[in-house]
Amino acid sequence: MSFDNAYESLLGHEDAHWAFGTGFSEALSGVNREFPPGVDREALAAYCLMLGDDALIFSQRLSEWCSRAPELEEDIALANIALDLLGQARMLLTRAGEVLDRDEDQLAYLRDEREFRNVHLAEIDCGPGPGGDFGTTIARLLVFSSWRLALFSRLRGSADPVLAAIAEKGLKELAYHRDHAAQWTVRLGDGTDESHRRMQAGLARVWPFVDELFATHPVETRLAGVAVDPASLRSEVDGVLEAVLNAAGLTRPADTRAARVAGMAGRDGVHTEAMGYLLAEMQHLHRSLPGAVW
Amino acid sequence: MTTALEIASAVRDPELPVLTLADLGVLREVSEQDGRVVVTITPTYSGCPAIDEMGADLRRSLISAGFAEVEVRLSLSPAWTTDWISDEGRTKLAEAGIAPPSRVGPVAVGPVPLNLVPPSRQVACPQCGSLNTSEISRFGSTACKALRRCNACSEPFEHVKEI
Repeated sequence: MSFDNAYESLLGHEDAHWAFGTGFSEALSGVNREFPPGVDREALAAYCLMLGDDALIFSQRLSEWCSRAPELEEDIALANIALDLLGQARMLLTRAGEVLDRDEDQLAYLRDEREFRNVHLAEIDCGPGPGGDFGTTIARLLVFSSWRLALFSRLRGSADPVLAAIAEKGLKELAYHRDHAAQWTVRLGDGTDESHRRMQAGLARVWPFVDELFATHPVETRLAGVAVDPASLRSEVDGVLEAVLNAAGLTRPADTRAARVAGMAGRDGVHTEAMGYLLAEMQHLHRSLPGAVW
Repeated sequence: MTTALEIASAVRDPELPVLTLADLGVLREVSEQDGRVVVTITPTYSGCPAIDEMGADLRRSLISAGFAEVEVRLSLSPAWTTDWISDEGRTKLAEAGIAPPSRVGPVAVGPVPLNLVPPSRQVACPQCGSLNTSEISRFGSTACKALRRCNACSEPFEHVKEI
């Protein structure tokens, strides 16, 4: 490394130590990647995209908070949670890519909106943009992590060894995220009148997107034994949310359901208006400078 | 001659350099045959940004020790927990001013219990040994650490949080 030219050290010397984790080598290089016998590979790829896109898109949303959270500790917390989810996304997209013959970067950066399979809850603006505030983001994190934790808890028993291993790995991370969101929900709900009001408003903002989390998709039906039927998670997740809301002195919003387009939603590639803006920001560098690497 | 296992075991963690990868419990297997070495490591967290660096460091150390062909593999299962940190690793952490994690034990099957209040843990201050410490931040400078403060000697310190 030379200090004569500040840029020289960034030009891919093999032993460059200036930043970790920017090499992005294969995410699943030594994992047993055999496909279970008789599995519908096309459905498996679609399922990995669903779970991978949930994590990738929510990770992008959470990272928007870095430097804008109410306190430094929360900048770090939300960025760390985003990083855990990005790691889960990398592994899931890599698994999908083994069937689709595309790598994780191609899947993240070169798909168009209609090809993304994430639920709407992951993509909507819950702040720091105009769509919400910190309370709204905590409400989304509480719902998302409670749901995904219940899902991963069952996915540990998947017939696909890669999905089972990713679930086992991600489980403790998600438990930590859920605890973080639950403790904030109690602090804000049981805090001042203003924090209570905003936490309650945050729940109202995200609640119409809860129903989609538990809707069984045909891909999940085709993957019996491999995928988890989200409808089976509802009572467990409801129980967790009820316990948190009760402790926080908050009211569970009435069950309303965000509109679908011809019965379709995020799992079918039909997204909300927020998604295009999110993808433009997430993908623009890679599309403007094809093949760009850090 | 030094074995591949000895060399791989001595490679340090890029973010907690007081620990070797073996102390941290992420080095899972080293096999050696006819000059070809296969090393298996596991990430601490799914998004651990240091994992590529660990692989590069292992490759570099083994190649400079004379092994012509080195392959680094990733394993996800059994998942890493802080219980994989060795006793020696825990001692080294404490000596470096980082409070080591307490032992968690195996995970119960079934729904994961919800913690509405932070679990009260007896975390000793690595400076003065007092157990009168409190959490400042649940997340820290790396994915595996939280930030605490000692109420006796007032020093802030990092804590490898239990997972």
